[in-house]
Order: sequence, then structure tokens, then C-alpha cells
Amino acid sequence: MSAGIDLENVCCDFGSFRAVDNANVSIRPGEFFSFLGPSGCGKTTILRMVSGFIEPTQGVIRIGGADVKGKRPNQRPTALIFQNLALFPLMPIWENISFGLEVRGIDKATRRKKAEELLRLVDLPGAADKMVSQLSGGQKQRVAIARALAVEPQVMLLDEPLSALDLKLRQHMRAELRAIQQRTGVTFIYITHDQGEALAMSDRVGVMSQGRIQQIADPREIYNNPVNGFVASFVGENNIFQGEVQQAADGMASFATPHGTFRARLGELGDKPGKLYVRPEHMLLSDAPAVENSVPVTISDISFEGSFIAVHATSDTGAILSAEIRNDGAATVPEKGARVHMTFDPARAAILPDANVRG
Amino acid sequence: MLAALTPEELTALGLSLKVSLWATLASLPLGLLAAYALARWRFPGHGLLNGLVHLPLILPPVVTGYLLLLAFGRQGWIGAPLWDWFGVTFAFRWTGAALAAAVMAFPLMVRAIRLAIEAVDPKLEQAAATLGAARPVVFLTVTLPLILPGIIAGAVLAFAKAMGEFGATITFVANIPGQTQTLPTAIYSFLQVPGGEAAAWRLVLISVAVALLALALSEWLSRRVAARIAGR
Repeated sequence: MSAGIDLENVCCDFGSFRAVDNANVSIRPGEFFSFLGPSGCGKTTILRMVSGFIEPTQGVIRIGGADVKGKRPNQRPTALIFQNLALFPLMPIWENISFGLEVRGIDKATRRKKAEELLRLVDLPGAADKMVSQLSGGQKQRVAIARALAVEPQVMLLDEPLSALDLKLRQHMRAELRAIQQRTGVTFIYITHDQGEALAMSDRVGVMSQGRIQQIADPREIYNNPVNGFVASFVGENNIFQGEVQQAADGMASFATPHGTFRARLGELGDKPGKLYVRPEHMLLSDAPAVENSVPVTISDISFEGSFIAVHATSDTGAILSAEIRNDGAATVPEKGARVHMTFDPARAAILPDANVRG
Repeated sequence: MLAALTPEELTALGLSLKVSLWATLASLPLGLLAAYALARWRFPGHGLLNGLVHLPLILPPVVTGYLLLLAFGRQGWIGAPLWDWFGVTFAFRWTGAALAAAVMAFPLMVRAIRLAIEAVDPKLEQAAATLGAARPVVFLTVTLPLILPGIIAGAVLAFAKAMGEFGATITFVANIPGQTQTLPTAIYSFLQVPGGEAAAWRLVLISVAVALLALALSEWLSRRVAARIAGR
């Protein structure tokens, strides 16, 4: 059983500070949904409102279609996994996992059986009688997930649960979490500031900044078609050109910059100014200028990153631009100090407004 | 060893233990509640409650004893209705000595328990709540086991303070042998009469022995709790 979650015009104020500003999102049952944003963007506040630890100042939260206003955390069909996991130090692993069942008055034999079942699900058999202090970080992670799954929640809320783990383990647990979510079919709401995590695991991502949801879309859409400069910059790298829109037609526009006039896709600017964003991997290097969207540059630095080669260059106006060349094993890389042209496809560049913030 | 004590000494020792045990046990639930409120709740009057709890620690004990006498004496504003309606009185009884000891020991008990509660990660309690536990269940299953060492420490501190309480006790319930004469007031009495030093010394040694025993007991208890936490 999994439930959808709807936030309708949800605001949350702490004194005069608005932590969440008019959030509207409809999360589908069984979906893996991530809220992505820097610390202080309001993503954890949304999680705490859904789990019932704080009430919205305005707006309605529905879980499985039912308004949950006034329901305490223990009365909601949600389970929350904290960043520090919050495992009970005095209980052995199996009692940790079956805590929620004990609260519901389920007998010891059934609890023990269920705990062992869940330990197998999270790939940790044989740990039932260990104490929390005897487990490694990744194992504790699995126990926290098993403990939350034990109460068969309709919605699982995860507050940056992987941030305490080292890189290798984190990448491994990403795949694990995704697999567990698909095996159980429970709706997952995942909070993170790590764009890699959000993109790799989620069905859809909500990018947040300064209390506002900037964009809700699937990971590919978020990365390829960000709606504004904040989303573009927070999710991935960019070359950014300041300038002015000259002529616009059919979703494309010419954009006058100190480096010359470029052509690019025109985002929804409204009456706001825009900047031109180009991802480094969409920058091509060539000896001769192309017909359009070319900038003459001098290579200033080359760093070998393994799967790709990052090329940093200085334009004639002194701007730093970067390009990434995929390392196919035979990629030719220009020398430091070489004069080349950086060129981008108009379809791979976008003119976008800044972040959507309170005016 | 007990056989070596005179009946008077045994009476004073027994009374001291009775007074201190009752003072500790009876104030423990209230101390736990006050510590929890101070550590976890934010409410108007938080500072006032904190001040009230600590008052006996900073007031001269004689002042505390006199205030107790005014409040709980036979004519006191609490003591009078208690006597009229229930026939209960604290004045010049061992129960009064226990009340005085409890009041004096209360701040120490609350401080120790409060520190223990503040050391518990609130996320543990919140995790228990999202797993379906109502607040009292969260307290009993998660918080209480974790703060048990703090409660033990607070209780032992309170017991030791109660064993040594003098000023408030003698002001509130006087120094009546067999009624309100505890070890410290008995020592005081012996020192007031010529040639009483030897008897006073014996009581001093008894006091030291009781204090050391209480300390050893609390060490043993907290070690057992620590061992349980570590999973041995």
C-alpha cells in the first residue's frame, strides 16, 4: 500500500522568516520523489510538515487524499528516516526494527519473524541480535530502512540519509535504496542537497531555493531543460554569459553579449532579464570559428578527470569558459596556451531568468 | 558493627536513613517531571520554574527552613488546611524533616536528571513517534532507559544531600531525639555538651560510612547500566 501526497499552497513561517513559500506539488503513489536544494532552502521543513512535526502556517497537506491537519506524527501513515538514523542504542537490532510493531501490540514471536524477514530484505541477515554499536555506517543505514519499513508505511520520508557515508558506500546505497523502493512500492520522499543522488534515484525531482519550488520534473528534464538560472547552476555546471535579448522568434532568440551575439533557446523570461547558459559538455573545441556561437579563447588549464577532460580557457574579454571532452581513449586535447574556438549548438544553450524568489 | 552502636546512635542513624530515603523517593517523580519540562518544553514561565527549582540551592538553609515553617507549620497557609481537613502535619515530625531534606535536595536532583535528558538526541524520540509511539510510550521505551544513569546519579546526590541536611531541618522541625534528630543534628547536639566529642566522632564516622556506601552503590548501578548500553 502506498499513498500519494499533495501539497496545496503550503507556507511555513518561523517568526518573520518564511521557510516554505507557497509550495504546490502532487506526488504520485509509489513514486520516488526528491526535494533537491542547498541547505536552508526549505526542503527539510517540507519533510517535517508531511511527517507531522510542524504544521503549515497556510495551505493543505493531503496524504492518500485525506487532509492530515492536526494529526500527530504517530497518527500519520508516514515513517521518517533521519540523517543521523536515530537508531535506539539500548536495543538489539531486531528490537530496533520491530519497535513500531511492539508499539502496535504485536507479539514477540511475530515481531522477531518480521524483523528477520526485513533484515533479509535489506541484505543484512544474521544481524538480529547484534547491538547498534557493533554495526558499520552502511549496516546502520540498512537497519534504519528496515525499521521504517516494518510499520508498513504508505509514505517513506528520508532526510539526507546517505550524507554520513563515504563516497563508495553512498553510491552503492543509492542503488540499494532505489531497489528497495521498487521492491516495496512505497512512496519515497527523499531530501538531499546532492544533485547526483537526486538525479540517479528519483522518478521526479523538485528543485528548491529560498523556500520556493523552482522546478518539478523528471531528472532528465531538470538537467536538460532547467527553467531558470538557479536550477541550471545547482544541477550541473554552466558557462554563463551576461547580455540582452535582441530578437526572438519560434522559441529562439539572439542574445547580445560582450563576446558577440549568440543564438539560443529562449526560456520563460517574462519581463525579467536573462542570462545565457551553456553546459561545459556542450562546448566544442575547434581550430576555426563555426558559422555561429563561437568564442575565440586561449587555453589556460587542462585537468584530466578520468572519464572526461576539463578544458578551461580565457576569452579575449577575460571571461573564464570551460568545456568537457569525453575521454574515449583517443581524444585529442589541445595544449595549454593554444588559441582555439569554443562553439555551442543553439539548441543546447538557453536564455534563462534568475531564480524564482520573493520580490 | 551495628551491635557496637548505642540505641541513641541507632535511632539517629535509622531516622536519617528513613528521612533521606523518603525525601529522595517521594521527590523523584516530581524531579523527573521538572527536569523533563525544563529540558524539553518551551513555555511561558520557563525561567520562573528554573529559578524556583534552584532557589533552595542559593538561599541560606535557615531561610528555607523558616519559609517551610511559615508555609507548613500548624498555622501555615498550607499547614493549617492540611491539619484542619486531613489531620496531617509536618511540623516537628520526621515527615517534616523529610520534606525539608527533599526541598533542599531537589535542585541537585533536577540538575542531574536534566543534564541526562538534554544529552538524549531528540531525533530518537521523534523517530519513535513516526514509528507510531504516542508520547508516554516514547518516554517509557526510549527516553527513560537512556536517562536512567542520570536518574540514579540525581537520586544518589539527593540522598547524600538529604543525609547531610542541617539548617533547614533544625529550623523547620527542631532537634527532637527519636522524632526529628538526624545524624547531623545529633552531632550538633553532642558538640553542644561538655565531653560530647567522642560521641560526636562516632556519628561522624557513621556518616562517612553511609556516604561512601551510597557512592559505591551508585557507581555499581551506573556501571551496570553502561554495560547494558554497550551491549554486554
